[in-house]
Amino acid sequence: MTLTANSHLAELYRTMRRIRTFEERVGELFVRGQSAGSMLHLSIGEESSAAGVCAEMKPQDSFTTHHRGHGIFLARGADPKRMMAEIGGKESGYCHGKGGSMHIADMALGHLGANAIVGGGIPAVVGAGLSSKYLKQDSVSVAFFGDGAMQQGILYESMNMAALWGLPVLFVCINNQYGMGTRIDQATRNTAFDQRARAFGLNGVVVNGLDVEEVRDAARWLIDEARAGKPGFLSVEVYRFFGHARMDKSPYRAEAEETEGRKKDPVLFARAKLIESGLESEAALDALDREIAAEMDATIDFTVESQAPALSSMFRDVYAVGEPEPESVRARIDRVLAREIV
Amino acid sequence: MPAMTYRDALRQALDDAMTEDKTIVVIGEEVGRYGGAYGVTKDLIKVHGPERLIDTPISEPAIIGTAVGAAMTGLRPVAELMYIDFLGMTMDQLANQAAKIRYMFGGQIGVPMVLRTQGGTGRSAGAQHSQSLEAWIMHTPGLRLAMPATVADAYHLLRQSLTKPDPVVFIEHKALYTRKEEVDLSDDPLPWGKAAVRRQGDDLVIVTYSRQVIYALEAAEALAKKGIEATVIDLRTLNPLDFETIRTHVERVGKAMVVSEGVMTSGVAAELCARISEECFDFLEQPVIRVAGEDIPISVSQELEAGSVPSARIIAEVAERLMA
Ligand SMILES: Cc1ncc(C[n+]2csc(CCOP(=O)(O)OP(=O)(O)O)c2C)c(N)n1
Ligand SMILES: [Mg+2]
Repeated sequence: MTLTANSHLAELYRTMRRIRTFEERVGELFVRGQSAGSMLHLSIGEESSAAGVCAEMKPQDSFTTHHRGHGIFLARGADPKRMMAEIGGKESGYCHGKGGSMHIADMALGHLGANAIVGGGIPAVVGAGLSSKYLKQDSVSVAFFGDGAMQQGILYESMNMAALWGLPVLFVCINNQYGMGTRIDQATRNTAFDQRARAFGLNGVVVNGLDVEEVRDAARWLIDEARAGKPGFLSVEVYRFFGHARMDKSPYRAEAEETEGRKKDPVLFARAKLIESGLESEAALDALDREIAAEMDATIDFTVESQAPALSSMFRDVYAVGEPEPESVRARIDRVLAREIV
Repeated sequence: MPAMTYRDALRQALDDAMTEDKTIVVIGEEVGRYGGAYGVTKDLIKVHGPERLIDTPISEPAIIGTAVGAAMTGLRPVAELMYIDFLGMTMDQLANQAAKIRYMFGGQIGVPMVLRTQGGTGRSAGAQHSQSLEAWIMHTPGLRLAMPATVADAYHLLRQSLTKPDPVVFIEHKALYTRKEEVDLSDDPLPWGKAAVRRQGDDLVIVTYSRQVIYALEAAEALAKKGIEATVIDLRTLNPLDFETIRTHVERVGKAMVVSEGVMTSGVAAELCARISEECFDFLEQPVIRVAGEDIPISVSQELEAGSVPSARIIAEVAERLMA
């Protein structure tokens, strides 16, 4: 990288720009007929939550994400090629094309899994916290989820147990104001989500996601506390720039609101801050952006060139390697029709 | 006759039923302002108002549980579960509450609600958004189960579901929403609980439901070109199950195949196959064959997704071998 100063903010900017550029490329997969998933959720506008929190996580820490989790995984150090290939349902993807955008995972980076069930990935971090405490792993486990999950009961069961047992766990709500077409105030009377966490005995913080450094500072304190045995909750206030998923044109919200919301751009905010503070020149940041664009372009080519998984791989990984595999329907029919019934 | 989509037929059914019966309310995620994740309730809020198209937070256990309570106290709720996969979140309210209340309480009260949901593959939506979980429902006494394959049935079965005294789980297929057929909704529907014989032939009986009816009919056309004539039975409702229609045709023809998109083991096809084997044993010339989903989760990869469930081609291939 061509940056002049080795500042923390520049690193955070780079992470956020990589997320944004990656997600801008995801659309190209469709154009080139490569995307397997009909369901793609972009985190454009929310990059500060991923970058700020992941910057404070240690290598031994683990996490789960919701369905809008590309950015979090990238911030954690994912290989964008293997991510894009997974989104395209290719063998070279992180999960060999079985999981796709909503079910990406990588144990090497502590990614215990993205989830297509709203709230589905939350309790696993309580379990990871339990392992950490019992096995003395000194690790914190972080659950990332959307504001929609704030109305799922499982979150409160999880918070309660984490607090009760003093587990090293952090719950991070990426509050982008909407769950599909439902604005947060249409889903609950009390949108002060930190109060709920405090009611269960967790640390609870709300932070404006415009400034990634504020997110990182809040995350640092909460993660330190969690590592010492007091679980926490962080709500990062952002705006979902685009529709819920690819096909959603957000007819339920006014254009003026969207225009206003998109002004809350954490990537541009960090960029301006770097330049204004004299930490970076515009030219250096432009060069960085170009470098990132080239890196992300390559993810598309990689995906296009990658193979679809072999049909026979469908039976792999239902159970552990070496354990009996399910018999295929075709094989069963063959035996029955041949009267070789064993 | 006007052409109509499966989606529009469902919407029409809700619209007409809500006009006739003011106790019907629709409750679920994105059912009101948004018009449903698959557009089934689109604009109904404009006709029937937000008091009757009730948007909820993402709280599946409470959505179904609220419908149960409302059904016990004077309303006829239609609770929408956006994907059948979310049954995992709410199975207690359905299986332990809705299904058992009439029985546990000695017949004092029923739960006249409809749980509308959709399932199946076809959109590369992955392991948690593509399942065919009808066997879970069929395995739970107390629940009725309807699964329309045709546009006309989308309308009529939903209307009929909304007159039933007990909880009905109504499962649409996500790949059928855009399917168009010419229908006259004023035609008399088949009675609730009666299977439809969609095609009659003397060589083989294919028993199926939901999207696999469409595939079975395609397969039957291909088979006809090879001189094999299949009867295709569309069950329409799995509970009640019209076994008499199955029996009549299996006994007449002597060869039967059951097709289901759900996983093979302990699935709907397993139940149907067992019943045909028990009850029609003396008439069978061949073992009853199950063509069903593989015993694996659904992948996001289109190749693996399509390869793990029955298709017209596979149905035809197996049928041909059954006849050989
Ligand atoms: C249990 C469950 N209910 C409903 C859905 C359908 N659904 C997927 S995403 C979503 C909205 C989630 O909103 P939020 O949690 O705020 O996350 P965001 O999409 O805004 O990132 C809904 C309702 C689901 N996937 N899982
Ligand atoms: Mg949200």
